[in-house]
Amino acid sequence: MMLSATDIHKGFDGLGVLKGISLSIDKGQVMALIGPSGSGKSTFLRCLNQLEKVDSGLITLDGETMCQTKEGVCTYADEKTLRAISLRMGMVFQSFNLFPHRSVLQNLIDAPIRVKKMPKAQAIEQAKALLNKVGLLNKADQYPYQLSGGQAQRVAIARALCMQPEIMCFDEPTSALDPELTQEVLAVMRDLAKEKMTMMVVTHEMSFARDVADHVVFMEGGHIIEEGPPAQLFHSQNQRTHQFVGA
Amino acid sequence: MTIKFFNDPPRLWNLTQILLEGAGVTLSIFFLTLLLSVPLGMLVAQGRMSNRKLVRGPIAFYIYIMRGTPLMLQIMFVYFLLPQILPFSVDRFSAVIFAFVVNYAAYFAEIFRSGIQAIPQGQHEAAKVLGYSKAQTFFYVVLPQVCKRVLLPVTNEVITLIKDTALASTVAVVELMTIAKKQVSGSSSIEPYIVAILLYLLLNGLAEQLCKLAERKLNYYR
Repeated sequence: MMLSATDIHKGFDGLGVLKGISLSIDKGQVMALIGPSGSGKSTFLRCLNQLEKVDSGLITLDGETMCQTKEGVCTYADEKTLRAISLRMGMVFQSFNLFPHRSVLQNLIDAPIRVKKMPKAQAIEQAKALLNKVGLLNKADQYPYQLSGGQAQRVAIARALCMQPEIMCFDEPTSALDPELTQEVLAVMRDLAKEKMTMMVVTHEMSFARDVADHVVFMEGGHIIEEGPPAQLFHSQNQRTHQFVGA
Repeated sequence: MTIKFFNDPPRLWNLTQILLEGAGVTLSIFFLTLLLSVPLGMLVAQGRMSNRKLVRGPIAFYIYIMRGTPLMLQIMFVYFLLPQILPFSVDRFSAVIFAFVVNYAAYFAEIFRSGIQAIPQGQHEAAKVLGYSKAQTFFYVVLPQVCKRVLLPVTNEVITLIKDTALASTVAVVELMTIAKKQVSGSSSIEPYIVAILLYLLLNGLAEQLCKLAERKLNYYR
């Protein structure tokens, strides 16, 4: 077992968003989280990446505790542990969130140099290799505003990979893109899956969930309605799942 | 109006030299104020956005006072009050600088606050998941983008500041305005004012060009 979340609760201003989510992902697994908007999938992913604080529940990464709840009180680990856990996880956002004032290459080398203290030459070498992998080596010196949405998202994926994470999280990575650009981003993600990268993907791309994921989770209203291999979810006996995936 | 300087080149040159000396003092007030009030304004902006009410409240009040009362009054207040509460004497120049700095810091703080708050939350989140510390996020991700966003309002303040330095004449700091006034009353001619106007315009023209240059420099991204 690698990353595990148990009985996660999270609300915003008293409104429950996650109502007891338990999930775990193993090394090399590709997990797709699907469900209608507002079902809590993104919030769950953001809790794992410490972008939101859970109200209660237990999250561990390889036995290292990120947060735990005892007698109704949720406590997070110390700053150093949280940072160490965070550095083992990468995150790709719906809105890319590239740094607009830095070139593509600078976006890729800044964090490795500043945060990981990687030598600059090594960071550049790694960045170029990853840009090549996502097919954008020729854009290294461009600025984010000069990129299409699909290119920007591929750069964002490369930037996350530059920190050499063990788990990559994707929060609706293609929701801001047209179908054509969506395909170029999904192609990069397929490649990652083939290389056995551990991935958690919040998505509305049913074909991706069906063809690439080996575990699909269907969420609604802050609950997990059904989870299992794609073959099960896409031929579900559960009426609600069946209705949602449109199988 | 009788012309006393403009038909007498040596006398005009002499007047210009005297006024230029004043313009030098004007420039020192300008640069010192800018140099001190910009960093102070950034600190005040941080305080204004603090989660702690005990920090945020007093700072909001300070900004209210600074923006809500005439700068001229503030200068006189500081000039007459400081010597009474400090154990050492304060010269006019320092008192004026103090008044300008605390006044302009308040304005800059609000400009910086708007700039900082305009940075999308996603930038903070991207920095966080990449492992940047809070300080690294501020200095390498937020601040460079804030600079671009606040450049136009800051240019406005810079131009206002050059003109506001004339208020130093209310406590008789010998700067451009003070000297121009003295020359006008000494010569019974308004020509020194005309030279002063031209010098203010010259200074502001230079300031505007510098700001435009900065704007062009920051135009490399959107």
